[in-house]
Amino acid sequence: MSVDLATVKRVARLARIAVSEEEAERMMGELNGILGFVEQLSEVNVDGVEPMTSVTPMNMKKRTDTVADGDKAADIVANAPNSDRNFFLVPKVVE
Amino acid sequence: MTELTSLTIAEARAKLSAKEITAVELTDAYIAAIEAANDTINAYVAVTPEKAREMAKASDARIAAGKAGALEGIPLGIKDLFGTEGVHTQACSHILDGFEPRYESTVTQNLWNDGAVMLGKLNMDEFAMGSSNETSYYGPVKNPWRGKNSNLDLVPGGSSGGSAAAVAAHLCAGATATDTGGSIRQPAAFTGTVGIKPTYGRCSRWGVVAFASSLDQAGPIARDVRDAAILLKSMASIDPKDTTSVDLPVPDYEASIGKSIKGMKIGIPKEYRVDGMPEEIETLWQQGIAWLKDAGAEIVDISLPHTKYALPAYYIVAPAEASSNLARYDGVRYGLRVDGKDIIDMYEKTRAAGFGQEVKRRIMIGTYVLSAGYYDAYYLRAQKVRTLIKRDFELVFDAGVDAILTPATPSSAFGIADEDLAADPVKMYLNDIFTVTVNMAGLPGIAVPGGLDRKGLPLGLQLIGKPFEEETLFKTAHVIEQAAGRFTPSKWW
Repeated sequence: MSVDLATVKRVARLARIAVSEEEAERMMGELNGILGFVEQLSEVNVDGVEPMTSVTPMNMKKRTDTVADGDKAADIVANAPNSDRNFFLVPKVVE
Repeated sequence: MTELTSLTIAEARAKLSAKEITAVELTDAYIAAIEAANDTINAYVAVTPEKAREMAKASDARIAAGKAGALEGIPLGIKDLFGTEGVHTQACSHILDGFEPRYESTVTQNLWNDGAVMLGKLNMDEFAMGSSNETSYYGPVKNPWRGKNSNLDLVPGGSSGGSAAAVAAHLCAGATATDTGGSIRQPAAFTGTVGIKPTYGRCSRWGVVAFASSLDQAGPIARDVRDAAILLKSMASIDPKDTTSVDLPVPDYEASIGKSIKGMKIGIPKEYRVDGMPEEIETLWQQGIAWLKDAGAEIVDISLPHTKYALPAYYIVAPAEASSNLARYDGVRYGLRVDGKDIIDMYEKTRAAGFGQEVKRRIMIGTYVLSAGYYDAYYLRAQKVRTLIKRDFELVFDAGVDAILTPATPSSAFGIADEDLAADPVKMYLNDIFTVTVNMAGLPGIAVPGGLDRKGLPLGLQLIGKPFEEETLFKTAHVIEQAAGRFTPSKWW
């Protein structure tokens, strides 16, 4: 499978990365190179093989449903580019 | 008296506990070494001399009070991927500009609890994506090794290039690193140092900037096998904050150093003999086999038939997980923000300006393979192939093999800004051909220096073990180290 310029732009949009025409062209070549490389996986017979979902066989750890952490609003917004009274500020999203 | 910075961790530990030296003296020696070398080597992206001296002073007090921890007063460098409270933590990316977490990663906290001293944060490929440390926003790291009669600057490998270079150039006693596809073992091999990627789940991932969550694992880079064992003992723990952290007690890895490997079965996988591999790598491999045989191990030929599919499967799984993990960098909660006409425009401009080319490439691949209609063909198939890769190893271990010996990398260190590699991302990816299978299967792997090539550059051997049998790797790697000797670059910086 290979990607065309329109697909590269669509994927960039999905990934929320602005790309110029020139960048999209360059990426198209690079992505097709990588997709060409991974193409060899299609020759592997994976009939009846379960996909790997856990690297180490282990039971999922569970904890009791109680508050273990919190009250850290000031810490959470401390690194924000723009915040006010413990809220993150973003450009207007609702008119 | 030998220079303080030339002491291994084990040697420094002995001198500190005998009160021959103080932690402050040791720390000062490293700070002076960093100040003299870092403009050239560029291993550190942030040096924290005041914090280091403060920690060293506290170590001296604890030593005097007879309360020394396992790493008391040992100065370490920390890869920029680990969250360190109030200290530069940017995964060497522009998008995390100014980020100083309000928390400490579990691995680094474990080190400080044992008395270690932080010298600063180490350079790396941006978000650990790279094999040469050239994708760092802070510029490339220079390998302390140079070829004989050559002034060509070489890469230290990646992504833990700063960690490996700092350890090799004696700019820290040891370093933390992480390994997603070879990022500990490949730079260790390129710099003549020892690096171990433990079994997935052995070190907590909590507080470590995520790249590919099912592959990422922290581990140490050290000057010798014993130091690597000492460091891993402190880094590893059972952590309720990471659900993939395994509930197994951490063994005393150092105790396995010097144990016999007599009667151990070492597998030699035929699939690791790849086209175009330099003859010197083959020679090194044969030498490694001979050393282990001499030490009483039994050598057996094995087959890991799905080896060649590990790298292509990795380049689906890792970018897919990365595209999801890196979605959080949106200019809202931390780091860089580039203003736009609306919120979407702000996201897109921030991510365009904040991520480097390699990171963008991987996010794009990941987004594509996970997008509607392609999931089964790419991601699901890759995860099935991963099961087959893991099964290859399980069959070999079930047949009685204790560890597997392979070369660590297909070549020695290459030049900075190598045109061939820059032109073709896939060629750069091939650096991880021997290491990536280990991440795909979640197994432990150690890289240990085996010798120098014709150019005078270090080459590494890799040992792969059964899950949670790091002790086997330490004792076997130590046998290789005893036979091969240790390798230190001659100082030109």
